Amino acid sequence: MMRARKSMQWIALAAALSLPPVAASAQHAGHGQPVTSSSTADPQEEPATAPQPPDAGTDHSQMDHGQHDRPQVDHSQMDHSQHDRPQVDHSQMDHSQHDRPQVDHSQMDHSRMETLDSPREPIPSVTDADRLAAFPPLKDYHKHGTSLNSFWLMDQLEGANTDEGREIAWEGIGWVGSDINRLWLRTKGHALDESLQRARVEVMYGRAIHPWWDVVVGVRRDFGDFGGGGTPRNWAAFGVQGLAPYKFEVSATGYVGEGGKTAAIVEAEYEMLFTNRLIASWGVEANWFGQSDPEEVIGSGLSTVEAGVRLRYEITRQFAPYIGFEREWSFGETSDLRGLSSHSRTDNRWVVGLRFWF
Amino acid sequence: MRSRPSGTSAAEQMLLSRRQFVQGLAAGGAVLGLGLWPKQSWALRSPGQLEVLSGTQFDLSVGETLVNYTGKTRPAITVNGSVPAPILRWKEGTRVQLRVRNDLPPGSIHGDSTSIHWHGILLPANMDGVPGLSFDGINRGESYLYEFDVRQAGTYWYHSHSGFQEQGGMYGPLIIDPIEPPPFSYDRDYVVFLSDWTDMDPARLFARLKKLSEYDNYYQRTVGDFFRDVRRDGLSATLSDRTAWGRMRMTPTDLSDVNAHTYTYLMNGTTSLGNWTGLFRSGEKIRLRFINGSAMTYFDVRIPGLKMTVVEVDGQYVHPLTVDEIRIATAETFDVIVEPAGQDAFTIFAQDSARTGHVSGTLAVREGLRAPVPAVDPRPLLTMADMGHGGHGAHSGLAVPSADPHAGHGAVPAPDPHAGHGAPAAQGAHAGHGSGSMQTHPASETGNPLVDMQTMTPEPRLSDPGIGLRGNGRTVATYADLKSLFEDPDGREPGRTVELHLTGHMERFAWSFDGIKFADAAPLRLNYGERMRIVLVNDTMMSHPIHLHGVWSDLEDEQGNFHLRKHTVDMPPGTKRSYRVRADALGRWAYHCHLFFHMESGMFREVRIEE
Repeated sequence: MMRARKSMQWIALAAALSLPPVAASAQHAGHGQPVTSSSTADPQEEPATAPQPPDAGTDHSQMDHGQHDRPQVDHSQMDHSQHDRPQVDHSQMDHSQHDRPQVDHSQMDHSRMETLDSPREPIPSVTDADRLAAFPPLKDYHKHGTSLNSFWLMDQLEGANTDEGREIAWEGIGWVGSDINRLWLRTKGHALDESLQRARVEVMYGRAIHPWWDVVVGVRRDFGDFGGGGTPRNWAAFGVQGLAPYKFEVSATGYVGEGGKTAAIVEAEYEMLFTNRLIASWGVEANWFGQSDPEEVIGSGLSTVEAGVRLRYEITRQFAPYIGFEREWSFGETSDLRGLSSHSRTDNRWVVGLRFWF
Repeated sequence: MRSRPSGTSAAEQMLLSRRQFVQGLAAGGAVLGLGLWPKQSWALRSPGQLEVLSGTQFDLSVGETLVNYTGKTRPAITVNGSVPAPILRWKEGTRVQLRVRNDLPPGSIHGDSTSIHWHGILLPANMDGVPGLSFDGINRGESYLYEFDVRQAGTYWYHSHSGFQEQGGMYGPLIIDPIEPPPFSYDRDYVVFLSDWTDMDPARLFARLKKLSEYDNYYQRTVGDFFRDVRRDGLSATLSDRTAWGRMRMTPTDLSDVNAHTYTYLMNGTTSLGNWTGLFRSGEKIRLRFINGSAMTYFDVRIPGLKMTVVEVDGQYVHPLTVDEIRIATAETFDVIVEPAGQDAFTIFAQDSARTGHVSGTLAVREGLRAPVPAVDPRPLLTMADMGHGGHGAHSGLAVPSADPHAGHGAVPAPDPHAGHGAPAAQGAHAGHGSGSMQTHPASETGNPLVDMQTMTPEPRLSDPGIGLRGNGRTVATYADLKSLFEDPDGREPGRTVELHLTGHMERFAWSFDGIKFADAAPLRLNYGERMRIVLVNDTMMSHPIHLHGVWSDLEDEQGNFHLRKHTVDMPPGTKRSYRVRADALGRWAYHCHLFFHMESGMFREVRIEE
């Protein structure tokens, strides 16, 4: 069976390449083919003495060795010194075993059916020089997978003409760190006619605890004179952020401020691809406060919800102008406070902006 | 001999024209020496034909050379001033000495230290050229003398193992002439060295992948695709497909991390425009030594009008296999014999596996000829079955090739790929390969933030031509078809089995074995002299070419028999493959994914062979 199958292979080989099947077949003549008789053969002499498969072109006189002498053959590529006689192809084998008595030749032909206890190619014995070469004393070196990286995204940098004046707004996020541990920077704010209205900056340590979620802990500082007070407020911040199923980018953060004040912000964003460059980004942000802060025009409970869509065109991945529309609602006490001051309870604005990262 | 039309939209046409601009602006090659190495003139005189250095003693100088492949002049890191580095031609049975000198200029973007690793070569560990494992690297102004016995023959390659230098141009072909003539004949012999060039500083490219790994994926499905699929497949099938991918937070268009939007593909250091040409006379047999020396690219190679007979893979003879097309994983080599006749010119066409670009050259009866260049094939989509999430009969979906690359995905009934719909898959029957039950995973993957996916029913899939090659009307070489021309040179059954999982996180661009990056991993210890088996399971949606230094990786067939001797084993998504290792080389060896940036981000282990 094996012999028949192999003979097909040799025929295929010879047919495919029109070459004398000497080398290849002889190689196997030495190793695999004469299933029943090779236990007595000395492989070194097999080309001459061992039984040959009848199909493998054992009649060397009939082989066409002539092609090796054709003038167009590039002899520089080959060693022709052996071409004139039938030759075992030793090139793929370490025949050193053949001089070693421990090789069990009786098993050589049964590799497909039986396994060897000792390797067909013996394992070289090890010298002190080998040991020295194998384990040289080395300095510490760069370890793959320890790189520090960073990402700084200005997701929104936009202008709008509102009833109250010319508004500039931004929202950005960035990190520096490893795959697991990162220092996060998040910021958002807006200015009206060059006067900073309301801004927040958060610096947080974030740690990946799940393939898609990071926990973040840090501080937040608010600026601006939206309510006319202009006193910066500080918060301790903690939360989660990440990528929810269906690729919603989500973050939820709780805050504890001076005097036990509390607040929370939940954000979600989803990107819709019209093309791979024309991308709509839908976003929503909800603000909640535990206590009212009339000076800042903040009431307790759900305070504001912003929802918007921005349609950007990625000239490059890193630089995309956009247009968008955003609406802000105020609720409850916040809405009342806005009504008392000069601020509108709801706010619609068309925006034009840039998104970029580096 | 054009392949199927690729059906480009207007938007894609724009991209294509941009890409042609990138790919075709310059023939490439060294434009200007830095005064350190005078041999660029050679490259200019004979574009595309690589320099050959042969013998036993070699002096190699690592330096910076300005090159221009895109219209921009950039500093490549080179050996003796050329990209690729010169062909080194050794002779089996000799002892070679290679003195490698670091002539990098101060302030080079390629760093201060360098190294050369001889890929696939059996040698003492301190000659292997991996800084931190083999030696300390070669600092600027210093030399290192590599010296070892050449104990094998075939087609190999060499490259830097330091920093980002391999991506920066430091790679070259290595040919070892056998003592005995090969079991095939040929009249001419050409190296066809494929690589991926970027004008970016490779370190910046890596940083970019960490910031936004999908940067180059301009093929994500759009709103328009959704409505097209609804019309074709129905609303519920489309929704369930989008749901499956949405829950995974992945995209089926994610076929490679870096593609032709960033890369210019090179053949023997020349762009398509440069048209590397190998000459032939009608009726001659040509040996083409294909080497994929790219950093991040799988190439699918064919020569329209010619059959290719594969005779050697990874430097080792295989039973001759006549095919139309080969997929060459990164770091693999394929030697083929072709017999061009009947035409004056044939195109050697190499497209990236993600179908974003190509490089072509020509076999011709004289310089200056070209044959038609086929269009790049349509882009395939990954399916849940591709990733071993197949449970419900999706294996048949895998086995039945689909000519329409989009035909498969709508039918994949996997609303939740992780839900455990565990129809037992028929797996390889031999010991160490699952018994047909769900794949188990190492504990280190559980709750690991850097493991974004686990395969459920992986299979060897040795007879799978691969994503994007199924049912394309061409005969494609598979691992199942390729068989070593010799019996198992060791012959022992493996004494033990070690299973390792290929893991990663696409979005964080973090890659590892078993969820543990190199920096945090203990070495994999082998006992000197043992024959053992490594089983790899791919828990990611990417293909990984896994390379073990120092010793062979003897791929097993699906029954667990010795099948194909390799130095680099391709692991497509959803596969579980095993190979035998004969631990006959003492020392500390690198074991890693040969996608350069996967290695760099942690998919790397030390294999320590000790007495």
